[in-house]
Amino acid sequence: MSTNTTHSLPAGMPAPGREPLTETYWEGTRHGKLMVQKCNSCGKHQWGPEWICHSCHSFDLCWAEVARRGQIYSWERPHHPVHPALTGHGPYTIVLVELPEAGGIRMVGNLLCAPDAEVVIGAEVEAVFEAHDEAEPPYTLVQWRLIG
Amino acid sequence: MGRRGGGVAAAVGNAAAAVHSGMADCVIAFRSLAQGQFARYGRAGGAATVYGEDAFVQPYGLMSPAQRFAMKITRFMTEHGIKHEALRSIALASYHHAQSNPRAVMQGKPLDAAKYDASRWIIEPFHRLFDCCMENDGAGAVLVVPADRAKDMRHKPTYLLGVAQGGHHRSAAPVHNAPDYASAHFPTVAQNLWSMAKLGPADVDVVQAYENFTGGVLLGLVEHGFVKPAEANEWLVPENLFAPTGRMPLNTSGGNLAECYMHGLELVNEAVRQLRRTACNQVADAEVSIVIGGPMVTPVSSLIIGTEATL
Repeated sequence: MSTNTTHSLPAGMPAPGREPLTETYWEGTRHGKLMVQKCNSCGKHQWGPEWICHSCHSFDLCWAEVARRGQIYSWERPHHPVHPALTGHGPYTIVLVELPEAGGIRMVGNLLCAPDAEVVIGAEVEAVFEAHDEAEPPYTLVQWRLIG
Repeated sequence: MGRRGGGVAAAVGNAAAAVHSGMADCVIAFRSLAQGQFARYGRAGGAATVYGEDAFVQPYGLMSPAQRFAMKITRFMTEHGIKHEALRSIALASYHHAQSNPRAVMQGKPLDAAKYDASRWIIEPFHRLFDCCMENDGAGAVLVVPADRAKDMRHKPTYLLGVAQGGHHRSAAPVHNAPDYASAHFPTVAQNLWSMAKLGPADVDVVQAYENFTGGVLLGLVEHGFVKPAEANEWLVPENLFAPTGRMPLNTSGGNLAECYMHGLELVNEAVRQLRRTACNQVADAEVSIVIGGPMVTPVSSLIIGTEATL
């Protein structure tokens, strides 16, 4: 597991709020774990958190730890600062990461890379846990970096 | 017509349903927007703490409409080897048509390939400044009445031949998990549209396709059967898209990019003008016109109108 205390984006970005449906995920990130919903009835993983299994419509969902690695499914590099905290920051990279070991669910995060780095769909990435200990309450974001 | 441009054709469809069922004699579908002083498309994320799906995207700097859709476009373009030049052609068509349209915000501000290529990135790798719609104030309206009544009115009537609204399987799935991700979500809607109109892409004389972003136009054209992904680079070139001589005249008033961003209502107006033969960039003998509503903004909608000769 890898934890970063430096942040990929400037201070002042929106922080994730705590709510019952997503609590297990955010608690997991504080301990370097990637927890996602899994259906007890049909065994499918799903993301993001929902009250029902969208595969078999069961309400019997649990949380399962999944492998902290995946592949870049798509990406974008915003230049225009839409949020005041991003003014003057310059381009940053967002990736959509597919987790093959969790049924191909996808997660959004930043790719930890130079602002002009080449990004390749299909590239292998692993999760980096970015701790925001100074926040009240503290939280941890899941970022991604290329393997190798 | 709902909050966003995905519902523009459906607003006309709902009006038609009310008229057809006898619930109303006459319905106006309209859109009015006052943007600059109330909300900016280039600004987002006002909340310090975010919940629901936002909690999984906004902390990573993914919050504006362009940012929400950009990864669909990256995936589609990469998967099919489509070049940015195909999207550039879409932007060039809108600006070209706006130059002869006195209503167009961008009349007198022509765009060429060099200016497009030199424009700043909004989002790499497929959203330059000119790939993105405008912000402006304005209004547009469409009057829908029973067909027999339309004949008594001052203008030459146009007829709604088909309209459909909907999504696709889990097209609004959270955190970018729609199974068919690189999609504008038209596959089912387009099928229903063609089926109701009893027409196909080859029957359409002029195309109005909502440009929130040029990539969405591409997806909308593909999912309505106008363009095959493998042929997009050859097909989406300016000479094919420019009225009056192009094989598929596209956004002939300048559309959201260069006439007026009115959530696509201005595209419905232009589709009607083409059939009335009063368009600034008139397509000769236009009998059938399509309006593809806001792509990717599920639920989406599209409509087809025709002249009396098509009935």
